[in-house]
Amino acid sequence: MIRTAATILRKDLAIELRTKESVPAMTLFTVTVFVLFHFGLDRDALEGSLASGALWVTLLLAAVIGVSRLFAVEREQGGIDGLLLAPVDRTALWLAKAAALFLYLCVLELVAVPAFALFLLGPDLLPALPILIPVLLAANLGLAAIGALVSALAAETRAHELIVPLLLLPLVMPLLISAASATEPLLRGDQSPEDLGRWLGLLSLYDVVFVLIAVAVFDFLLDD
Amino acid sequence: MYSKGLKPLSIATVVLMAASLALVFFYAPNDADQGFVQKIFYVHVPLAIVALCGFVAGGIMAIGYLRSGDRAWDARSYVAIHMSIIFGVAVLITGAIWAKAAWGHWWVWDEPVLVSFLVVFLLYCVYYPLRFSIEDPDRQARYSSVFAIAAGAFVPINFAAVRMAEAFTHPRVLSQTGGSMPGDMRLTFLVSIIAVTLLFVTLWKLELTGKHASMQLKRLRRRLEAEATA
Repeated sequence: MIRTAATILRKDLAIELRTKESVPAMTLFTVTVFVLFHFGLDRDALEGSLASGALWVTLLLAAVIGVSRLFAVEREQGGIDGLLLAPVDRTALWLAKAAALFLYLCVLELVAVPAFALFLLGPDLLPALPILIPVLLAANLGLAAIGALVSALAAETRAHELIVPLLLLPLVMPLLISAASATEPLLRGDQSPEDLGRWLGLLSLYDVVFVLIAVAVFDFLLDD
Repeated sequence: MYSKGLKPLSIATVVLMAASLALVFFYAPNDADQGFVQKIFYVHVPLAIVALCGFVAGGIMAIGYLRSGDRAWDARSYVAIHMSIIFGVAVLITGAIWAKAAWGHWWVWDEPVLVSFLVVFLLYCVYYPLRFSIEDPDRQARYSSVFAIAAGAFVPINFAAVRMAEAFTHPRVLSQTGGSMPGDMRLTFLVSIIAVTLLFVTLWKLELTGKHASMQLKRLRRRLEAEATA
């Protein structure tokens, strides 16, 4: 199963590298939203809860773009039939799509977080990084698990572009709460927040629950 | 098939609803701090509990569909979620009224239960566009079931998250140990919650009966048309 998933993932990454469709769009989107926040809030520098809120909301909205493009190639070019005809475990397909989304999000954050620090963040980013990186990774994991599920769930609907954000955003609300709360003291310049363990715990609980659910129900999607 | 026992059930619902309203207005004492307005608690809290249980029950029925492939389970899950959404609207309205009376604002963000209920409600509202934008009936049932299961599991985790995020300020008439309510209030509350549960079950059965009947009618009409043309 891992081998199949790796093959599908390689195919997805090859397509992404050649077409450069999702990740550049997501990156451009985040930078644009940072500029929007600058004008919308009329602030030159953000810190604390405002900063972590702006950062996480932007990342989640960018993730919506990634999620709605996740099955796009297959849908538009009919590749999905090939994938479904092949004797491939559906779970492998989910794993590949989740891994692709995870990697896209990591690449996005490599650009978006420094851009955020450059454009909007008041306090210095560097001392916050040792804690911020695990928080980002845990959030990416949850987003990837739920994003791949939502993408497959919406793939067969008529109003696909509409369903993805409506479905994904409420589902990631606990993720937003825990990630933003974990990040908030870091962006205020407090490097050893006391509640961090609690929020990381909730974030990991969310990851585990949604990975399990996605694995359990994905088999019922996309088969015909 | 679903209409069996609907009549006694409806009678029981009406009797208990009347009993619970009578208890609320004439038996339960006015709350010491909040006075008369606190009585909305006997409507708001049972509705909220029943709506949330209905959402989770919809998820469990969806598991029944995925395991058995029997479309009746999908119909049950759909109607349970549908009813819970209607109850959910009532929860949000009564909650807002209570919030206005107790805290002076229609909406209070630092109130974890209200906020998590809103998030759950928003998520379940997507059930309709998702379900009705899939035409193939089998696929519709399958995708809706997957949604119902994922969302059903989301309900408790969301409550945990929001509760952790906010200060604990809900008017806790029912404290966490459940021991702080005086006996007459507790009796009224119990009767109300049973009455609302019965109301939910009755409406659920009624809706299922209606759906079943209209489907049967469609089938018969189709057969009649086929015979007429033959």
